[in-house]
Amino acid sequence: MQKEAVLEMRGICKYFPGVRALQDVDFTLREGEIHALMGENGAGKSTLIKVLTGVYPKDGGEVHIKGVKGAAVIRSPQDAQNAGISTVYQEITLCPNLTVAENMYIGRTKGAGANWKAMNSGAAKILESLGIPASPKQQLDSCSIAVQQMVAIARAVDMECKVLILDEPTSSLDEQEVQKLFVLMRDLRAKGVGIIFVTHFLEQVYEVCDRITVLRDGQLVGEYVIEDLPRVQLVSKMLGKELDDMADIKSEVGGGTVSLNGVPVLEAEGLCSSAGIKPFDFSIHRGEVNGFTGLLGSGRSECVRAIFGADHVTSGRVKVDGKDVKIKKPLDAMKQGIGYLPEDRKGDGIVGDLSVRENIILALQVMKGFFRPFSRAQAEAFADEYIKLLEIKTASADTPIKSLSGGNQQKCILARWLLTDPKYLILDEPTRGIDIGTKIEIQKLVLKLAAEGKSVTFISSEIDEMLRTCSRLIVMRDRKAVGELRDADLTQAKIMATIAGGDEE
Amino acid sequence: MTTPVKEPKTKVKRSDESLLRRLTRHQLFIPLAALALLVLFNLIADPSFFAVTVKENSLGNPVLSGNIISVLDNASELVILAIGMTLVTASSGGQDISVGAAMAIAGSVILRMVCGGQVTADTMQMPLILAILIGIVVSMIFGAFNGALVAYFKIQPMVATLILFTAGRSIAAWINNNQLPIINDLAFKYAGTFLPGIPVPTPIFITVLVIVLFFLALKFSNLGLYTQSVGINANSSRLNGLDPKLIKLMTYVILGVCVAVAGFIRVSRSGSINYSRIAENIEMDAILAVALGGNALSGGKFNIYGSILGAYVIQFLTTTLYKYEVPSTALPAYKAVVVILLVVLSAPVVQEKLASIRKAPAKAAKEVS
Amino acid sequence: MPKGIAVDKQGRIKERTAMSDTNLLLTITVVVFFILYLSAVFFLGGSFTKPQNFLNILNNNASLIVLSCGMSLVMITGGIDISVGAVTCLVCMVSAVNLEQQGGNMLTVILIGLGIGLAFGVIQGFLVAHLGIQPFIISLAGMFFAKGMTTIVSKEPVRVTNEGFLAVKETRIIVPGLGSANKAGEYIDAYVEVGVVIALLVVALLFCLLRWTKLGRSFYAVGGSNQSANMLGINVRRTKFLAHVLCGLLAGLGGILYFLHVGSGDVANGAGDEMNAIASSIIGGTLLTGGVGNVVGSFFGVLSLNTIKRIVSSLGFDEAWWSNITVAAMLCLFLVIQSVVLLRKSAGGKGKGTVEKK
Repeated sequence: MQKEAVLEMRGICKYFPGVRALQDVDFTLREGEIHALMGENGAGKSTLIKVLTGVYPKDGGEVHIKGVKGAAVIRSPQDAQNAGISTVYQEITLCPNLTVAENMYIGRTKGAGANWKAMNSGAAKILESLGIPASPKQQLDSCSIAVQQMVAIARAVDMECKVLILDEPTSSLDEQEVQKLFVLMRDLRAKGVGIIFVTHFLEQVYEVCDRITVLRDGQLVGEYVIEDLPRVQLVSKMLGKELDDMADIKSEVGGGTVSLNGVPVLEAEGLCSSAGIKPFDFSIHRGEVNGFTGLLGSGRSECVRAIFGADHVTSGRVKVDGKDVKIKKPLDAMKQGIGYLPEDRKGDGIVGDLSVRENIILALQVMKGFFRPFSRAQAEAFADEYIKLLEIKTASADTPIKSLSGGNQQKCILARWLLTDPKYLILDEPTRGIDIGTKIEIQKLVLKLAAEGKSVTFISSEIDEMLRTCSRLIVMRDRKAVGELRDADLTQAKIMATIAGGDEE
Repeated sequence: MTTPVKEPKTKVKRSDESLLRRLTRHQLFIPLAALALLVLFNLIADPSFFAVTVKENSLGNPVLSGNIISVLDNASELVILAIGMTLVTASSGGQDISVGAAMAIAGSVILRMVCGGQVTADTMQMPLILAILIGIVVSMIFGAFNGALVAYFKIQPMVATLILFTAGRSIAAWINNNQLPIINDLAFKYAGTFLPGIPVPTPIFITVLVIVLFFLALKFSNLGLYTQSVGINANSSRLNGLDPKLIKLMTYVILGVCVAVAGFIRVSRSGSINYSRIAENIEMDAILAVALGGNALSGGKFNIYGSILGAYVIQFLTTTLYKYEVPSTALPAYKAVVVILLVVLSAPVVQEKLASIRKAPAKAAKEVS
Repeated sequence: MPKGIAVDKQGRIKERTAMSDTNLLLTITVVVFFILYLSAVFFLGGSFTKPQNFLNILNNNASLIVLSCGMSLVMITGGIDISVGAVTCLVCMVSAVNLEQQGGNMLTVILIGLGIGLAFGVIQGFLVAHLGIQPFIISLAGMFFAKGMTTIVSKEPVRVTNEGFLAVKETRIIVPGLGSANKAGEYIDAYVEVGVVIALLVVALLFCLLRWTKLGRSFYAVGGSNQSANMLGINVRRTKFLAHVLCGLLAGLGGILYFLHVGSGDVANGAGDEMNAIASSIIGGTLLTGGVGNVVGSFFGVLSLNTIKRIVSSLGFDEAWWSNITVAAMLCLFLVIQSVVLLRKSAGGKGKGTVEKK
């Protein structure tokens, strides 16, 4: 029964400045199995894969590949390809300016020439057999994202590989496409290919996988045969024992009911932005915590960005405290007392090279005006106050924010908005990629703010977090608001059903 | 744990840091070291380099003269440009290579104004201050042109400014119909030479004035915070209510003002202009000054005083090379070598290599945390 | 041109396969050139009607054609090299001194040219590809270095009198059937210089390199996305390095051709040619951001640029400065067009993705 291992990783370590991303991780992949690699954001799944494929150099450990004597040396994606490892990444790693066919063959053909005829006919065959609606001669960026992802999968599948890595390939695929992919995966398994499958969707894991390896905080939790690990246990293994700590957040703060009568703090009607969402209505009251939920790419971020004026707003009316206002750019929203903590902390949140202090005062400073800078003493007082209040771990207020850990960076951004004393705060995935301790602190803070009479919109990929904090949920599907849940409807099952939509029942 | 940077680790780092290392890591270390090296070289080779004497100038006034004075005097245009260039670099992560050509335009405009369209004028045809203001406005417009290409059309700064770099000197010639206007009014030359009765060259005063103005601007406005913030992360600046495009544009317009002032100093030194030679290659020196001052050419954090110091060091180098009779046309070759050394030393890859050589023992400490 | 109408089994894609960016911009360039030249022939007439006039554009710009091909190569990988004009100048000067004062011959000139070009290419390529330094800064320094070195070699212009060299320089290759009668009624054959043949050969070779070799395709891949190219198993550093080396070599070759055309070393040689080369590449449809472009486009870019210059001067704007202003204006126009097209496209692409996703 025990099949031969095609890939063995032993004692893999990887450090980033200030973070231990992987510590002594073992991983074994056997011939003809689909092996799920599970873990929360920041658990080290992607890092492990990037180490395996030579994108990151490893700081310790060994990789053994079947058919290669001794420890395999993988220093670049090329080496990985040559060793029989092909990979499909979560973000599309194809060249948008080349044709579909070229993207499938470049970097892996022999000889110095580029044989267009062979490429085009080869690509046409594969595309057809996989039912991918694209022409080989098409420039890649003229395809939709889902098709691009399928092309990437087609490329990986077409390579004579021993190991196929699928790093969250399904996030941009629809249900039909996912099924097609699964058929393909089972085919390959039958041919003896070992597949590493990374995904956030538990259903998919239990549908196709044979084994599960769980990582948490850069360390190996364990390897399990799928039958031996029921869902609940898997989740608790991924989250760790802190599961119990989180359960009682709400009871601690007390779930006071909020009156939904009276004038809403913010009310939007038919709001629509250039980011491609359908017009939606929205309102929030004083002291309320509500949330947007839905799958990745369902448009939850785009909605709050439209409220804050971060994307170009194309239509709709917004009222703040019952008065019509125009929010065309973030500054307009800030002047109305709205704060926004963006989803992409690194890209949209922190200003990396600036100090913690400057990052904290930035928003308030901008509101105060160009010619009225805070004095050094004032800025220091603000920074020190919030470093203390939120327990931000930093060497000093002058430390560049980029050298802080993810959780502490996130706290700085929170501090930035708390300093502006907003009446309405939008938190878009504030808990993503940060350690569990900080996650809990942030959730507690949200409830505390609400108790003080502020309104908060809270978005998280983890439904548990939403359930613990929000009293009302707006469900998004396909860039459209499809439902609103409150009170008794706020259960995991109900939310799942609404997200999945009518075809489930 | 995705370990947050813990206190013990930082403490270890602090304590094993020698004074020398902290010194070498200071932003102003490179320009100061370069300056010290140049001073030392000149002291050994020929101490008379530093002699300052009082001479009579052509008008019979006693004025200070000597290499040091000439460094301070001749660096004026460069210092003023370096200040503007620093802001542009910080906000847009690129450099304006058209400053030399734009100086030609500003100079040409100012000369045309004071000569009133004539080829030779013995007295100014227009109040000087008005002519300068017109020069500044024209220069600001060209700055805005560059800035708009960079900010609104998202063209890489160096390529966007290539346009004016190509056309600038031709535009300057066109403004005066390709004639070379000469102004013989002494008052016009005060700014580029000496004020009556004052033995120190006027450009030095103008430069000090500009530096003080920028010092005040940085202190009493958010110029510094905004430009750095936009340069480091334009997205997050926008989400904090800033308008990155407008701020980029603003820095180019400010550089335009600097260019006009520098252009005015340059034309008032001689009271004339040579379109193809005026301020030739000064863009190279200005970029070099910014880099030498320890500022990243990819934008973000900046130290304006580093750039100012850098500019003086470069002028010091130029003057030294002149003294040893390196022809002016060969200077670029020497400076190019300095530039390449600088960028190679500041390249992240090289820095990492250097750090890993130094850091070998420090790694043990990392494991502990 | 891809002719097929791609219809999928489910019939999801009905429209013609959209033209790739490279082909789209190339088409624009070629059309612009023909419109320019034909309208010059029709409205200005005169010398524009003579084929030799057109051939003279080639004769005068053989070097620029080669330079802008090299420029296009680096630009396709997402880089830039502004040292090419100065390298041209340095090659001319060193060659001239070699022929006049050191008894060199045609072979040494070729070796000097390619050697200098290669040296610049290798050093700049190494610094860009392996140390990750901005190509603009490096090649700016390279430009100043070459300029300075030229004056160190000789400040005075050096005229070449070497007979072997002059023989090559004076060689005229007759183009049959394009000659015309002069005022005296004699029939004069139309001709091109040796350099033009070499330049056209270079264009053809590079076209094949870019289209039908793996190296050529990896230039595009690297320019399209550094990171993706790396993930697809392309050696990004080596590709960038080779692009700069090729560009350096071509700058050296361009220097030789320039030298063949003018027959002297002078510090003013090749002045502003880096700008002309960049402008030609951009007009020829090479994107500054990389990943899109074509040497055939660059060839037409050179032709368009010089046609415009001639039109401007024959309209009476013949003062020296108009030429520079024209180049700058063309450059500005095409940069803005590119920028607008790209911004539009990225906005449109986003919308498209979401519509199809449903």
